[in-house]
Amino acid sequence: MEKMVQRVPIGKLSEFPERLGKTVNVGSKEIAVFKLGSGKIHAIENSCPHKGGVLAEGMVSGEHVFCPMHDWKISVIDGNVQEPDEGCVQTFKVEIENDQVYVLV
Amino acid sequence: MPKQKIVLIGNGMAGIRAIEEILKRKPDAFDITVFGTEPYPNYNRIQLSKVLQGDTDVQDITLNEWQWYEDNNIRLYPGETVIEIDKKNQFVLTDKDRKEPYDKLIIATGSNPFMLPLPGADKEGVTAFRDIKDCEMMMDYSKKYKKAAVIGGGLLGLEAARGLLNLGMEVDVIHIADYLMERQLDRDAGNLLKQELEKQGMNFLLEKQTVEITGRNHVTGLRFKDGSKIKADLVVMAVGIKPNVALAKEHEIPVNRGIVVNDHMETEVPNIYAVGECAEHRQMVYGLVAPLYEQGQALAKHICDQADEGYKGSVLSTQLKVSGVDVFSTGKILDDESTKAIKMYDDWRGIYQKVLVEEGKITGAVLFGDTKDGNKLLSLIKKGADVEEYLESGQTEESGVDLVASMSDDELICGCNGVSKGAIVEAINNQGLTTVEQVKGCTNASRSCGTCKSLVSDLLECTLGDEYSADQKETICSCTTLSRDEVIEEIKEKGLTHVREVMNVLGWKTEEGCSKCKPAINYYLGMINPSEYEDERESRFVNERLHANIQNNGTYSVVPRMYGGVTNSNDLRKIADVADKYEVGMIKVTGGQRIDLLGVKKEDLPNIWADLDMPSGHAYAKSVRTVKTCVGENFCRFGTQDSIGMGIDIEKKFEGLYTPHKVKMGVSACPRNCAEGGIKDVGVLGLDGAWEVHVGGNGGTDLRQAELLFKVKTQEEVLEMVGAFLQYYRESANYLERTSAWVERVGIEHVREVLSDKETRDELNERMDEALAAVQEPWSEAVKNETLLKELYEKVNVPTGSN
Repeated sequence: MEKMVQRVPIGKLSEFPERLGKTVNVGSKEIAVFKLGSGKIHAIENSCPHKGGVLAEGMVSGEHVFCPMHDWKISVIDGNVQEPDEGCVQTFKVEIENDQVYVLV
Repeated sequence: MPKQKIVLIGNGMAGIRAIEEILKRKPDAFDITVFGTEPYPNYNRIQLSKVLQGDTDVQDITLNEWQWYEDNNIRLYPGETVIEIDKKNQFVLTDKDRKEPYDKLIIATGSNPFMLPLPGADKEGVTAFRDIKDCEMMMDYSKKYKKAAVIGGGLLGLEAARGLLNLGMEVDVIHIADYLMERQLDRDAGNLLKQELEKQGMNFLLEKQTVEITGRNHVTGLRFKDGSKIKADLVVMAVGIKPNVALAKEHEIPVNRGIVVNDHMETEVPNIYAVGECAEHRQMVYGLVAPLYEQGQALAKHICDQADEGYKGSVLSTQLKVSGVDVFSTGKILDDESTKAIKMYDDWRGIYQKVLVEEGKITGAVLFGDTKDGNKLLSLIKKGADVEEYLESGQTEESGVDLVASMSDDELICGCNGVSKGAIVEAINNQGLTTVEQVKGCTNASRSCGTCKSLVSDLLECTLGDEYSADQKETICSCTTLSRDEVIEEIKEKGLTHVREVMNVLGWKTEEGCSKCKPAINYYLGMINPSEYEDERESRFVNERLHANIQNNGTYSVVPRMYGGVTNSNDLRKIADVADKYEVGMIKVTGGQRIDLLGVKKEDLPNIWADLDMPSGHAYAKSVRTVKTCVGENFCRFGTQDSIGMGIDIEKKFEGLYTPHKVKMGVSACPRNCAEGGIKDVGVLGLDGAWEVHVGGNGGTDLRQAELLFKVKTQEEVLEMVGAFLQYYRESANYLERTSAWVERVGIEHVREVLSDKETRDELNERMDEALAAVQEPWSEAVKNETLLKELYEKVNVPTGSN
C-alpha cells in the first residue's frame, strides 16, 4: 500500500509559545512541536528512545531538548540523541504559510 | 585474500585490550573469535571492590558491551572454555566441542585466586574474591549472616574486608605477617594503615596461621596454629593469585611461573602469544592492570607487522581502594644497606612518606595519608631520575605541570584504562575540553580508581595554559567556566535580570545553556531579587512549569496542600469527588502525610485544581514541601508541646518558597520524634518547656542524621530560627544541593556561628520576608490565566484525514 504524505495544519505560528514544546496528536501519531528561540519551528516524534519520555515537556535549549524523564539530550533538528547516550527519533517536516503552521506526516 | 584468523582465549581485560590495540591499527584485517569462561562481556575486574563497597554496580563496570563485539565483527563465545590447543594443525577445541582454527592464538587466561589447601576449604561459605560471581555471593551472604573472616591482609583482602563492613558484617582480617600489606608497605606505613582501618571497624588478627576451616557442611569458624579459634559464617580467601597456566602447560607451551614470552609477547611456540597476568616477561609476572596496556600494544604491533622495540617491562605502583585511606607505594619498599631514605613521619596527622634512594637515584616510595606526590615519584623512577630532581621539584609550585610536560606522548596517564598522554592532549585540543570531568567523559582517563586525576588536571593546565584554573572549582555545568559564587557575584555587580542575559554577558559556551544551568540561573536570579524578578517558565523543569509531578507514562500527580498533615471531612470529600470525576489512577498517602492523586492527564490538571479549590502542596518543586507532625499534646499521652500547631505555623509561613532543593520538615512533641525530624531538612523537637531545631537531616539518597542547631524556648523563636536557617541556605547553597550536603560541606558549627548573631538573623529574616511576599499560589493563578492555560496545558488534536 502506498503511503500518502499529509499536510496537516496544527495552529498559528504566533500562538506557539517560544522555547517550549507542544504535544500535537495527528490521528494516532504523537508529535512534539517546538518553537525555538530563533522563532523556527521543528517537529519530532514525542517519545524519547530511552524510556518513552514525553519530549514536548522537555527543557528547550538552543536546538536541543532535554527529556524530562532522564535528561537525554536530543537535537530537534535531526532527531539525533547526543553523546554519551545513543539513538534517534523520527523528525517531521514543517511548513509555514501566512502564520499557519503545517506538519507533514 | 582470506582474512587471518585470530583466536583469543580469555575474555578479560588483557586479552580484549590487545584486540582493541589490533583493531586500532588494522580494523578489517582479521577474523576474530573470543572464548571466555565467564558468562559476561569484558568487565573491569579492579572495580569489583568498589562494587562490593557499594560505590558502583556490576552493570556499571562493563568495559565492552555486547554491542561492541557485534560492531567489530568479533565472534564471542561467553561461558565457553578452551580445553585443547593443537599446535601443529593450529586449532583449538572447547568444552562444547567447538573446533576453531587460528593463524594467531592469544592466550590471556589471567590468574586464579590462590586457595589455601586447608582442611575444610571446600565447605559452603568459603570463597575467593576474584570475579562477579564471588562478589555476588558475598553480597548475598551479608544479607543472611553476621560474621565474616578474611584470610589475607594484603591489597585484595583489605578491599574485600572494607566491602563486607559496608555490607553490615562484622569482619576479622587474619594475616600471617606481623603488619598489613607487607608486599607494598614498610612496617611504619603498615601500622598506620592498621590504626586507620581499626577506626573504621575492622578487627585484625596478625601473625596468625589458619590450619582448619571448621563446620559440618557450612563453615562455622577458623582454627589457628596456636590453637585459638574464631567464629565465622563467611570465609574469604584473599592470600594471592597465581597465573592460570594449566592449559599452556598441558599443551607443552613453555611455562615457568607464567607462560614465558619475549618482548613481543610471543611464546616459544610459533603463532602463539600470551598477554596479561598469565604471561611471564623477563622473569616478571604482573598481577596488576597497568602493564596490560603496554603489553597489548607490543603484541598488536607485532601481529600487525609494525616495527616496534617491544615491551620493556613496567614499574608498578599500587594504591589501596578503600575510602578514607590514602596509601601509595611504588618500586622498592624496604630499606637495606644499599639504600638511603628520605623520611617524614607525622604521627599526629597520620602522614608518613618515605622515598628510597640508591646511588643517587630514586628507586622506591611509600606514602601514607598524603599521596599527592605519588604520580610524580612514579614518573621519576620510570625515567631513572636523580634524587636532586625530586628534591628540587618539591620547592617549585609548578612541579606537577613540569612533570607532565616532560612525559612522552605514549606514556600512560591512566593505568586502569590505558589512556596515554598523547590521547588526552589530543582530546583536549580537538574537543575543547577544559575540566577533568570532561576528559573523563571523552577518554575514560581517571574513570576507574581516580589516582591519575591530579595528572589529568596538570595535563589540562599544561595544555591550556592560563585558560585553565587548576583548583578545579566546581563550575555550574559544562556551558561555563564560572562557579556558582562567581555567577552570583556577577549578577549582583552587573545587575543582570534575565537568564539569557546572564549567559550572554558571562560568555556562556552554549547559545541557551542546558538543563543544568538554566534552572540554576533562574533560581539564583529569583533568590537575589525576589520582588522584581519574573520567573522564566521555559527555564523550569516540567514539574515546576506545570505545577504537577510528571510520571513515567506522561501523566501527572496532584498533591493538595494539607497544613501539618491535618485534613477535614470537607477536603476529603472534595478529593474523593475529584478522584471519581476525573477517573484518577490511584489515591495514595505520601511519606509527608499528604494525599496524592496519581495518573492525571495534563489537560485535566486546571479543572481538578478549580474543583479542589485547595492550594498546591508543591510536592513537585524544589521548594518548601511538607511539615510532617506528630499528634502532640492535644491527644498524645507523651506529648509535651503543640507540635501540630507549630507545624501548621511553619508550613503556613514558608509554603511555596523556592529553595535550592526540596525542603522537608517535621515537628514532634517529644523525643520519640514520631514525625522523624532526625532525617528532615528541618526537624523541630518539642521538649518540656523548650524546642530543639535540628537541621541537615536526610532520609533519602544521602541518609544523614540532622544535627542540633539551637535550643529555644518559644514558638516565635522557632519561627525566627527556621526562617534565618532557610534564608541562609537559600543564599549559600548550590542549586540542587540538599541541606544535608550543604550542612555537611560548610559544617554545622559554621551555620550555628553565623546564625548566633542576632543582627545577622534579623537581616536574613528581612530578606526572607521579602521573598515570601513574592510567593504566589500557582494553581489558582494558572486556573484564571487564559494564555497560560492555552500555552501550557492544551494539546493540539488533529484527527487523520482532516486535510
